[in-house]
Amino acid sequence: MDIVVEKLTKRYGSQKAVDNISFRVKTGEVLGFLGPNGAGKTTTMKAITTFLAPDEGKITVGNYSVDEDADEVKKHIGYLPEDNPLYEEMPIIDYLKFVAQIEGIEKGKVEEKVREIIETCGIEAEKYKKIIELSKGYKQRVGLAQALIHNPEVLILDEPTTGLDPNQIIEIRELIKKIGKEKTVILSSHILAEVEATCDRIMIINNGKIVADGTASELRKKAQGKEILKVTIEDGNINTIYTSLQNLEETELVDILDKSGNIFEVQSKVEKSSRRAIFKLCVDNQWMLTQMSFIEAKLEDVFRELTMN
Amino acid sequence: MKQIWIITKRELQAYFDSLMAYILLILFLGFSGFFTWIYGSDIFFIKQASLQAFFSIAYWTLFFFIPSLTMRLLSEENKTGTIELLLTKPVTNWQVIMGKFLSALALIVIALLLTLPYYFTVASLGNIDNGQVFSGYLALILFSSMYISIGLYTSSVTNNQIVSYLLTLSIGIFFQIIFGMLSRGVSGLIGHILNYLSVYTHFESMTRGVIDSRDIIYFLSFIFLGLVLSETMLIKKRYT
Repeated sequence: MDIVVEKLTKRYGSQKAVDNISFRVKTGEVLGFLGPNGAGKTTTMKAITTFLAPDEGKITVGNYSVDEDADEVKKHIGYLPEDNPLYEEMPIIDYLKFVAQIEGIEKGKVEEKVREIIETCGIEAEKYKKIIELSKGYKQRVGLAQALIHNPEVLILDEPTTGLDPNQIIEIRELIKKIGKEKTVILSSHILAEVEATCDRIMIINNGKIVADGTASELRKKAQGKEILKVTIEDGNINTIYTSLQNLEETELVDILDKSGNIFEVQSKVEKSSRRAIFKLCVDNQWMLTQMSFIEAKLEDVFRELTMN
Repeated sequence: MKQIWIITKRELQAYFDSLMAYILLILFLGFSGFFTWIYGSDIFFIKQASLQAFFSIAYWTLFFFIPSLTMRLLSEENKTGTIELLLTKPVTNWQVIMGKFLSALALIVIALLLTLPYYFTVASLGNIDNGQVFSGYLALILFSSMYISIGLYTSSVTNNQIVSYLLTLSIGIFFQIIFGMLSRGVSGLIGHILNYLSVYTHFESMTRGVIDSRDIIYFLSFIFLGLVLSETMLIKKRYT
């Protein structure tokens, strides 16, 4: 089921939490919402799950409109809200039975489904415990279990890995990736590594607007623009080498990274590459070129650049 | 219908798990038993086999107990955020409201069923008017439903249980006693209206054994009004 968001706007008072955003998520795609706190990620997700009505714009999930066929939309969505609210006084197993029933799972299959999901989420040993007695990580698993129990076609996960330890984070990521192959998944996070590890596509939101949309490598390229090289040139005087590099037609900026190791950072002019020129320079002067590599722009840099005002 | 029942079942379970149900049942039976049989002793002196004494005591015990049942129904969900989970499941707002309303009503019905030994005891003492007993219990159920419905509404407007409890009492006290008192001092149309608004007018006439459609309509209208207002509060959540 595709999710289509068209010109969504949501205001809280006079403040626009989400400002005229449009996007589409296809079946089998895992979309990561990235953005600083208060950027509008949660509001967008709440609007998709029918919990909040948009002020303007239209959202459809599959063929169903969130506004007109809310009941149908709800049936096909598995939702893990921010802060993972649960009926804490209930034992896990009773809680999951309740969710299974309310999701309309047939009476005869409820027990089986609950057993399956308890196994998938690794809460077998705790299943008779009350939710309030669980650690944050286990609560998070219960939250995921309730979102997945009816095998929904669309999954909306608001910060699914908060509170988990590194092993659990990896497990949950694997789980999301596995599920994501046949479902439509939107997850939000402000941990970049997480989004990069689990999502096919990243959307950065800031102040209610989409500021970037693409795969992780596309986003990097976008920020990169200029080629940055790390170069080590031996057998020559460091100052001479520095000046010669600076004098190349293609280079814009040269920086000495390591004096004793003769390592330089060379930034080329826009749309130019200085790799050939550097090589030629070394050959002409009989220097030894022992390293030449790209410095990749980090996703963190992209994020900062796009979201710092 | 199925969805309503699933919610009712969960809420009832929550009452029993939190001991709330046991505390309420014990207190209700204790209070009404004490005042019916021991303290007031009307029941032995009116020289009639009648449950009137019990009905008028239940009129007050239920008034104070019902808000304590309804106060958490929605306010707790508002506070912990579970309302978001519930409303994004395939249920309608109306089903949520009805499910919660029926869970509190079910508990009251259980409490009233446990007072049936009173009936058998009195019936063994003399000729009891079964019609009057039936109409009295019906009055108790309608009266409870009305306050549950008001309590559900006050629970939907806040996320603080105590606020909900006190709000229910403050709204309830008007119907319970203030309208009735005012009506005695005012004549004419306004007096009539105040008298009609007072719960006691309808409750008293039903416990005497008269089932009048005006009384039934009175209770049903307030039940319905409370439920609709509560539903409106849920709908409003989408538009904040």
